[in-house]
This record gives sequence, C-alpha cells and structure tokens, in this order.
Amino acid sequence: MAKQVQQLDRVIIRFAGDSGDGMQLTGDRFTQESAAFGNDLATFPNFPAEIRAPQGTLPGVSSFQVHFADHDILTAGDAPDVLVAMNPAALKANLADMVPGTAIIVDSHDFSGRNLAKAGYESNPLDDDGPGSLAATYNLSVLDLTGMTVEAVKEFGLSRKDAARAKNMFALGLLSWMYGRPTETTIDFLTARFAKAPDIRDANITAFKAGWNFGETTEAFVVQYEIKPAAMPVGTYRNISGNLALAYGLVAGGVQTGLPVFLGSYPITPASDILHELSKHKRFGVTTFQAEDEIAGIGAALGASFAGALGITTTSGPGIALKSETIGLAVMTELPLVIIDVQRGGPSTGLPTKTEQADLLQAMFGRNGEAPVPIVAPQSPGDCFSAALEAVRIAVTYRTPVMLLSDGYLANGSEPWRIPEISELPTVDPAFATGPNKVSVADDGTETHTFWPYLRDEETLARPWAIPGTPGIEHRIGGLEKGDGHGNISYDPANHDYMVRIRQAKVDRIAESLPPLEVDDPSGRARVLVLGWGSTYGPIGAACRRVRKDGLDVAQVHLRHLNPFPKDLGEILKRYDAVMIPEMNLGQLSLLIRAKYLVDVVGYNQVNGMPLKAAELAEAITDLIAHTGPVPTTDATGEMEAVK
Amino acid sequence: MTTQELPFPGLAGVPTADGPQNRKEYTSDQEVRWCPGCGDYAVLAAVQGFLPELGLRRENIVFVSGIGCSSRFPYYLDTFGIHSIHGRAPAIATGIATAREDLSVWVVTGDGDALSIGGNHLIHAMRRNVNLKILLFNNRIYGLTKGQYSPTSEPGKITKSTPLGSVDHPFNPVSLALGAEATFVARTIDSDRKHLTSVLSAAAAHRGTALVEIYQNCPIFNDGAFDAVKDNDTKVDAIIPLVHGEPIRFGAPGEDGLGSKGIVRSASGGVEVAQVAEVGTDALVVHDAHNADPSTAFALSRLTDAGVLHQSPIGIFRDVDRPTYDDQARQQIAQAGQDQGDPQVALAGLISGSDTWTIV
Repeated sequence: MAKQVQQLDRVIIRFAGDSGDGMQLTGDRFTQESAAFGNDLATFPNFPAEIRAPQGTLPGVSSFQVHFADHDILTAGDAPDVLVAMNPAALKANLADMVPGTAIIVDSHDFSGRNLAKAGYESNPLDDDGPGSLAATYNLSVLDLTGMTVEAVKEFGLSRKDAARAKNMFALGLLSWMYGRPTETTIDFLTARFAKAPDIRDANITAFKAGWNFGETTEAFVVQYEIKPAAMPVGTYRNISGNLALAYGLVAGGVQTGLPVFLGSYPITPASDILHELSKHKRFGVTTFQAEDEIAGIGAALGASFAGALGITTTSGPGIALKSETIGLAVMTELPLVIIDVQRGGPSTGLPTKTEQADLLQAMFGRNGEAPVPIVAPQSPGDCFSAALEAVRIAVTYRTPVMLLSDGYLANGSEPWRIPEISELPTVDPAFATGPNKVSVADDGTETHTFWPYLRDEETLARPWAIPGTPGIEHRIGGLEKGDGHGNISYDPANHDYMVRIRQAKVDRIAESLPPLEVDDPSGRARVLVLGWGSTYGPIGAACRRVRKDGLDVAQVHLRHLNPFPKDLGEILKRYDAVMIPEMNLGQLSLLIRAKYLVDVVGYNQVNGMPLKAAELAEAITDLIAHTGPVPTTDATGEMEAVK
Repeated sequence: MTTQELPFPGLAGVPTADGPQNRKEYTSDQEVRWCPGCGDYAVLAAVQGFLPELGLRRENIVFVSGIGCSSRFPYYLDTFGIHSIHGRAPAIATGIATAREDLSVWVVTGDGDALSIGGNHLIHAMRRNVNLKILLFNNRIYGLTKGQYSPTSEPGKITKSTPLGSVDHPFNPVSLALGAEATFVARTIDSDRKHLTSVLSAAAAHRGTALVEIYQNCPIFNDGAFDAVKDNDTKVDAIIPLVHGEPIRFGAPGEDGLGSKGIVRSASGGVEVAQVAEVGTDALVVHDAHNADPSTAFALSRLTDAGVLHQSPIGIFRDVDRPTYDDQARQQIAQAGQDQGDPQVALAGLISGSDTWTIV
C-alpha cells in the first residue's frame, strides 16, 4: 500500500530496553544514520551503573534518547515523541516521561507472567483498553518484535537466544524506515563489527532489513516521516561524543604545543573512555599510564610535567578528592598539569552513570591552603575539544594545574561537530628554560650566573619551566614554601604572604588573555539574564528560545572560564535587573557570583542526575521575567526609559 | 665490585659527562639541617661521593623524595630534585622515568613514607619494574613528627603514640620488596660507607627498580636501633653477609678462618642458622642473587629480627633481569610513531574519522 509522507521539523526518539538488549548500540546507530543524513542532533544515553543489572527489572533498564531536527537544536529534548520499549520494565520506567498522544512502540514478546511481575505490573497493560489505558492515552503499537526477528533470521541456524538478540536491529530497521534514515552506514557497521562471526553478522543485517521491510509493508504504520537535513554552517561534520572530543582535544594539545602527552589515570566512570581513547594514539607520542590509584595517576602526570611532558590526569569527582594533595603540590611547584573531572552524581560514590555539576566548589576550593586553580568547562559534547585545548593553553602558558569540568551528560552525549581546520587551532610554545636567568654581582664586581626557578615572567607571572637534561639550571622544588625568585625553602612570614598573593595574582592574570563574553540578547531589551556554565548550555539556550518565542526578552551568557571569571562579567551582570543561574547542583556558581560581584542571583537548581528540562526552565525564566517587571517601553516623550 | 667494572645497563640512555666530576659539584648551596649525629649525613656523604663516579651529566640526574627527615635529601644535592608529598615519590618518579629515558631517577624515602602512607605506590613501582633506584632509609621510627612508632618499629615499642607499647606487627622491607617481585633488593648500613657505596653501584647498574634498604640511626628518637650490626663487638654475630656465589657464613671465625656459623636449609622449607662445624660446609646455602626464583631470597630475608634487632642479612638479596615498564612503554610509542609523518596532518586525519559529511 502507498504510505503517506509527513513532514516534521524535529523528533525525539527514546530506545529503551534491558541492559543486555543493546539499546546503546541501537541509539548510536540511529544517531549515526541521522548524522549522515544531515540532521542536527543531540543524544542522551542513560544507563545503570551495573553492567548487567537483574534482567527484566526496573533498575536494569537502559535507554538512549536521540533528538534530530531540520534546524539547529541544543538539547536531547525533554520528553520523547516516540518511545520504543523492548520489555515491560522499559515501558514502566519511561512512561512517566511520555506526554499523552505521543507514540509508543512496544515489543510484546516479554509481556507475560514473570516479566510483567518483575517490572511491577499486576496485569498486562497492553491488554487493557479501558479509559486511561495505554491504548486510550497513547498512539500505541504493540508488535512482537522478538518473534518477528527470530522468524526472520531462522535460516542462519542460531540458537533461539542468539536469534532473539538481533531484535534491537529489527527495531532499528523499523524506526529507520519510519524516519527515512539511510541504511548503508549501519550495514557497513554490522559488517565490520561482526566480521569474525558471519552468522551473527548476517542475522543482524537480516533483522535490520526485516525491520525496515516490515515498516514498508505492514498496515500497522501508514505514515512515514521526513525530517529534512538541517541548514548548518559550511564545513565538514562528524558526530562526536564529549569524551571522544575531549580525548582528541588532548591529543591536539600535545601536537599544538609540540609536547609529548603523558596521561596518568585510574579507571572511573564516566571518565574511563578518555583513557581508552588516548591509549590508542601512541603514534602521537601519547603515553597512557594506568596507575595503581588516583593519587599515582596524578603523581605520575605531575612527574612527567616536571620532566617536560604535557601531564594530564582524568577522573571523576571521587578521584579529584583523592588527587587534591597532588593538585596542591602542582600549585606550589607551578608546573603545567591538566586535570579532567568528568563530573557525576555525588557525594561519595553517588550516581556513577548520572550527570551533575556539583564539583565546581571542589575544583575551586578543594585543597588545603590558598591554592588557586584555573577552571574551564565545555558547554557541549563537541565543545569538549576546544575546552581541552584551552586548558592546555592555560596550563602551559601560566605553568599551573588547570581543572576542566566536563560531566556525564557531555561525556556520553553526542552531537554533530564541525571538524576544525588544524590551522584554526591555537599553538602554544612551552618555552623551556635554556640556562641561567639571574646575574649576581659581588662587591668586587665579579658576576655569577645562576638559575632562579621562581623568577617570573612580567606579563604572565609564570615561572620558568626548567626541565631536567638542561645544564646550568639544576634546581630543587617541592611542596615547602619557596623563597621569591630563588625558590629555596623559606619560612619567612613576609615571603609566605607575598608568595600566596603572587600565586593568586598569577591565576587572576589569566583573565587578561580571555576574550569578551558573548551576550546573547537578541532584542537588546532583556532585563533578565540567564547565566550558566558547562553542560547546561543546551537546556538554557533551548529555554531562552522558548521564552523569546512567547514574545518575552531574555539574555543568555555562558561561562567557559569559572576561574578566573572573564573581566567583563561583573559589568554585564550589573546591566540586568535580575540574574538567574540554572545549575545541576544546589547553587555553586550562584555562591561564587554572589561572593565576587554582590549580585543577588536567583538559583534554578536541580540535582536529580538528569539534564535540565528546557520547558521547565523556560517556565521559571518566564516567572522571573514577570516578577522583574515589564520591559521598559517608550514613554510619552518618545524617549526610552533608562535601562539600569 | 667497583663502578668501573660495571656495565651499567641501568643507566643506558643517560648522557655521560665530558670529564671527571667531584663531590663538590654535587653539593648544593643549601645548609644541611638534619640533627647532629643523624645517619642521614653519612648516606648523603656517600651519595655525594658516589654520584661523580657514575660519570653522568649532572643535569640528567633527578632525585625525588616524599615527606620525612630523609626526604629533605634532594635539597642537598646539586642535581634536579623534587621534594614531593608524603608517600608519593615512587608515583611521581614513575612519571619522570617513563617520560624521559635520558634521566637517572632516584627516590629517597623513609620507613614511614615508603611503607606506611606510600606503601601502595612502592609495591606497584616494584612490580612494574620502573627504572628507579629507591633508597629506603629505615630508622624504625617517625622522626619528623617527633617520635611515633613506624611500620618497621618492633612490637611492644613504647613511643608517644604507644605509651603501653605498640601492638602493630612490623613490615620487613626486604620481604615486602621480594613479595612485590622487585628485581633488585638489597640492604646496607648507613655507617658502612664501603658497603653502602658498593650496593648503590650495583643498584645503579641494575635496569629496573632497585630497592635499597638502608639501616639508618635516628639519634634523637630511636638511638641504637641498629647497634647490633654496628658495634664491633656484636656485628660479627649480627651481620649475615650476602655475597653472590659465596656460601653464607658469619660469626666468629672457625677453624678455616671463615665464619663459624652458616645458613642451611631448614626442615620447614626456609633457612636457618647452623654451626658450620656441625653441618659441614657442603650443607651451607650458596648465595645466588641472580636466581629467578625468589624463594631462597625471601627465606633469607626472614632471618631479620622483627623485634629488637640482633641479626640481619646485609647485602644484595636479589638482582635479576626483567623488562622494565618504562622501556616497554617507550618502545610501544616508538613503534607506533615510526610512520607518523607530520603530526598536524595526522591530527587532521584523526579528528575527522571516517564518518563525515560536508555542508557547502
């Protein structure tokens, strides 16, 4: 039968199933297909910390949400338009996010006694057709995806269990048909992935095609949807996740500084993928050292930095807690060091696979003594690349540890990324010390040339990076307080006071190198500013668009640098009558902004392990605008009222 | 054994000095601030005298230390040095040694620094066999924090933190190192400069982690802890000398002029002390530091008293070859980078990947 084709501007699909059902792979393939098709997109993988939680249970549900559109989008979307639920638990766990009228495609195969009970259903919700039932509330499609998969692949002689495992590819095929996705990339992928297991390869490809063909022929679906490619800036694009972009940014940091990269790391969710990725790139001179613990990871990285490498350590919040003392040593020894914190839910072990932004104050203050550390944060998965390069720039230029705060949402989420030309990327000269830098003249006029490890550059206040193997600059550094200039141990009170202040001044000096903030205030009439940092960029941007669509004015500023703040931030804050700071914590940036600028910001705080929802945030912004008062209008004289 | 006879594989890749060096060149301008009579002075003097003999470029030597009295050591040597944080010196040194083949990397640590707060890093450095020379100054006490018992203090030790006597069982650093599969394990004494220097030479020659336990007297908080092995009256019965290829004998000379006591295999599977006159010389254990099987070395290490020291084997327990972590890590990188070409071109290829699309 002929199918109708309906145009949509955007769709949010969530694939949900058991941890072992391959939902992450399914979502990832759909994403790649959509990327290849040219849609803008954003993804949100959501999975349990357990590798295989008990099968069929609610804690075992794994999901992957992909939002794709014919225009520029900022988030993976608040609520799905389509839910694909592979078992009862996946249906139950995700139903609360579904708006009535949206589409739910259910694999009915496991909707029987024990599996229903494991998900907490007393009776089969698919059988109910009364008022308030699934069938009455949603656009419900009940299909035996597993059964059709097993039937489609029976020629390969697989066990029933193995045959059924291809059901995710059947579902992918069906959804790919429904949204007109190109199929070649997935077939190529399956061919490569299962090259060594021809039966499995053929079964998966067959299941994928069978799903497509089922969509094409069944009367269950009469409409096919079309989402045109998005108009995006000219360039070559790829799909990229935050952790991958971060790893590439660190490799690029090595190339652009001419330094060998040394990563000291200990596996931890959700940062381990950076270790995995960097360990593949030895040809770039990248050494990856999987240490015995978090402390050794950063210790070895700092040692490598002392020896003239680009020392890097990657971890999540609990790891930062363990590394704190070594970060302090890096502050004291003033050596370049890049510290990556892919934040997750805390405190303690917290929510390993969920996202949060609650390590800002740990990054800022989590050390003994006055130990300032510059902080940068990426705002989207692709932006992790340039944030990593910026962290490298600051670390090498200012001889300082730098904290980069990513989070679980950025790490695992993905988006199309315009691949930069290498010539666009900044280069940094490590400018190693080459010899004595201090001339002392004795009373008799004789000159001695010595090396002072703490003699500072006037512009950056950075000390020399003086690496072993260079004659004439042998010196000793360490955690004890240094005498200004000569760097020998000093317990002198005035010297300590001076050194504490100069270390702070050096970090503050970084602000001189930062570009002005971008203020997104399209009408120029906003009285409310929404200030954010990190992965909330997408939800905040989407919320601001909603608010503006409703005819209201709102401005948005997003911070790349959390320490030091850009020089123009204070002035910008004072331009607005109200400032809202949405954060996935209890108000950590709010605290810093209030303390530094004495601006009484309004917090919008959510700490549930999930990204902010644009719609809810838009409501809060709208409320704040209403509370702040109307946009100044022209008065009787035709003059604009002064905007504060 | 002298340094001249050594092939020094442990220092392969480290550039050599143009001419002879002297101890003065290795002495920094910083005033040494250990307590009068501290054993650390003797070790410092030995090291300052020994380093010039290595014939390395001074700027290619790095000393890394943790926290504690002994960890001030790097300040007094005019080489590169880091006085780091408590227990972490092996981790920091691992980064230095792995990043740079051309550096000779030494770790100076104490019994508290290495075996208590830094125990994890120590054992992992040794199992990896990173090319580090670790000098573990063992004074069996916490000195810099003013006299608490340490992880090598004898049971029952009365200190400020154990007024009724310590109920901790101590580590034997040599046993620990052997258990961690260290490839070079030795013990020497601060006051025996000749032996100390010979052990340092052998450690420098060894490629891989060398753990050298140095019995070091703390005259303030644990004076006399090693008197048994230092006093002329007692040391002949206290020091069990380990010399590769020689039967292990000690004690007052017997009829053949050699030690009247010797080490024999015990019924329990270990080793024990016997009278040579009773067991005969054929029964004595001949020390084999190059034995790949560490069992006998471990058995020998158990002859050290856990409590107050009355006897202890001194010398090189183990010296075997095993590929080092840092050599292998560098080799992987060298191999991977052979056909690299222009790194920026390679970088452009890397970040593009294979799945791209172009908007024009």
